[in-house]
Amino acid sequence: MKMRRVLMVSAVIAMALALCAGPGLAQEKVIKIGALYPLTGNLAATGMDCKRGVDLAVQIINGKYDLNLPFAKTEGIPDMGGAKLQIIYADTQGDPKNGLAEAERLITQEKCVALIGAYQSAVTKTASQAAERLKIPYVCSDSSSPTLTERGFKYFFRVSPHDGTMARNQFEFLKDLEKKTGQKVETIGLVYENTEFGANVGKQEKEYAKEFGYKVTADIAYPANSSDVSSEVGKLMAAKPDVIMHAAYITDAILFTKTFKDMNVVPKGFLNMAGYIESDYLPSVKADGDFILVRSTFALDLAKKKPLVGQVADLYKEKYKIEMGENTARSFAAPFVLADAISRAKSTAPEAIVKALEQTDIPGDQMIYPWQGIKFDPTTHQNIYAKAMLVQIQDQHYYTVWPWEAASRELVWPFPAWKDRK
Amino acid sequence: MQILAQQLVDGVLIGLVYSLLAIGLTLIWGVMNVLNFAHGEFLMIGMFLSYWLYTLAGVDPLFSIPLNAVALFLLGMFIYRFIISKVMTGPPLAQLVVTFGVSIFLANFAAFIWTPNYRFIGHTIFSGTWHLSGIILSVPKVISSVGSILTSGAVFWFLRHTRTGKAILAVEMDREAALIMGINTERINSLSFGIGSALVGVAGALLATHYYIYPFVGGTFGLICFCIVALGGFGSIEGAFIAGIIVGVVQTVGGYLFDPAYKVAIVFLMYLITVWIRPQGLRG
Repeated sequence: MKMRRVLMVSAVIAMALALCAGPGLAQEKVIKIGALYPLTGNLAATGMDCKRGVDLAVQIINGKYDLNLPFAKTEGIPDMGGAKLQIIYADTQGDPKNGLAEAERLITQEKCVALIGAYQSAVTKTASQAAERLKIPYVCSDSSSPTLTERGFKYFFRVSPHDGTMARNQFEFLKDLEKKTGQKVETIGLVYENTEFGANVGKQEKEYAKEFGYKVTADIAYPANSSDVSSEVGKLMAAKPDVIMHAAYITDAILFTKTFKDMNVVPKGFLNMAGYIESDYLPSVKADGDFILVRSTFALDLAKKKPLVGQVADLYKEKYKIEMGENTARSFAAPFVLADAISRAKSTAPEAIVKALEQTDIPGDQMIYPWQGIKFDPTTHQNIYAKAMLVQIQDQHYYTVWPWEAASRELVWPFPAWKDRK
Repeated sequence: MQILAQQLVDGVLIGLVYSLLAIGLTLIWGVMNVLNFAHGEFLMIGMFLSYWLYTLAGVDPLFSIPLNAVALFLLGMFIYRFIISKVMTGPPLAQLVVTFGVSIFLANFAAFIWTPNYRFIGHTIFSGTWHLSGIILSVPKVISSVGSILTSGAVFWFLRHTRTGKAILAVEMDREAALIMGINTERINSLSFGIGSALVGVAGALLATHYYIYPFVGGTFGLICFCIVALGGFGSIEGAFIAGIIVGVVQTVGGYLFDPAYKVAIVFLMYLITVWIRPQGLRG
């Protein structure tokens, strides 16, 4: 008796599911794209930054705007009969295993034709594994661990520069600095959090330090999200490196900045990553963030040389009442790249999209980054034009200072002592 | 050598804050055998309370301590009355899961109403550093530790020297005997939950002077709190106080001497060794 009831119920559920899944094809033209971001948990604020970037991009693609961005001037994607993009968000909570599960759900249940996200490299790693296995294209414009594009995945593409490139850029900057000002840097102190992102940055920085001839006097890995970072800073104080390079997400960035100031740590310069450029960093540390250098793929002052940046930034500010930051700018890229590929493929079949992605060639003037364009390496699927610049925090704003020709403000070097500030 | 001494001092300073957090948790456990997984989230609420008082009314976090204590006391009582006490008669698993549910609810509710952004109280009346024969003392951290010692002292005194305090200790020792002696154990339960929460409210105000504030900050302190409570001996207030300092020192000095990557591992290794030799904890 009981068994029969269970069977009945299952049959009804199965029928209901079949009904739900059916009409998807016949509906008006909507292209579903799954987006994975940490919308709750430690990095929820960052996840929201990314989400705003994606939302704005989709709004521009689906609506009509007088901007020199792909699909801005038309509603939807003309070659797909004006089809519009629809983003299905999934919350990873910043956890790699949720990333994997949510990626599977987006593909198998939500029937997304492609995935984007997931900001944290560790999460992107597992999520893209699911996409690879289920043969669905994944376009990432916000994770920076080099290993992501070293796996030989067929369905994974990355638009933004990876940490290897960015770490290399940091050392190129030091060499450039020496050439330009004669200020010599000899020793480097490395501090990095111990997840996929930080650990790989540390690895790359060590290799480049060797290649460029710098001595690493402190090599400190530490657990992310610490309640106290005295021991890490103590180690740096003991090693007294000329330059400190810190790779961290925002929570640690705030805590380290405070501790550096309290403990009066004054190297010649700080060359930092990620957390130091998130939108909540400066409001939290205020003037204590001044003179720190951060690697970035975007800065608002690019608008001086590229009006498009200013137009997009204004649109963003109008919509969300806050300034557009680097994370937002990075996540902003993926929907355009996918729309472009789908339009050329004239299909949402995974194989066709991948083929079109491989032929992507978006010129530099159609995007808000200081790169030559977007073109993927045929084997790694890394954007070959992606590179980083360095911004320095001055008067609580980010200004481009390197490469010299892109600079909008003069670099302040060496790092002014904490006690000499007002 | 100087840096090592610096680490020791920093370890004691952060350890004292851990102590205050852990005392609240261990009190609740000792009295009613409920492991409050929402402890870290109560801390978060305390921190946010200080933040809003500071931002909207210009109240320095140090002056928000009494307000925090009262507000969190009421919140603790409320949550006990309407949620925890309902499952106290249920299976142990339900008791375990219910506080877990409260913690997830509070963190996400906070993220919903206050956005998940990070906040920081810029300038408090005590800020800057003191230099003491080469050792740098962060003033807000020193103030927090002093506040933590005073509050812990007040709890000790309250438990030893007042009728209600003695009743709480009696229930902690033997609930049934206390019941026979005419102690209203239900009242003691909600009272201890309230006091435990008030302590975390005080800690929230103290931490708000020098730590960033966001809805998920509870997780950073929650786990370490459980380790301290277990190390000190479940339910032992002196144990939690001492264990808090030990964990703070081991974390910073251990991280400095070995490798910061292992600083959390060192703490938990020490914990494992302690429970192996003394399963009841230091003072259990």
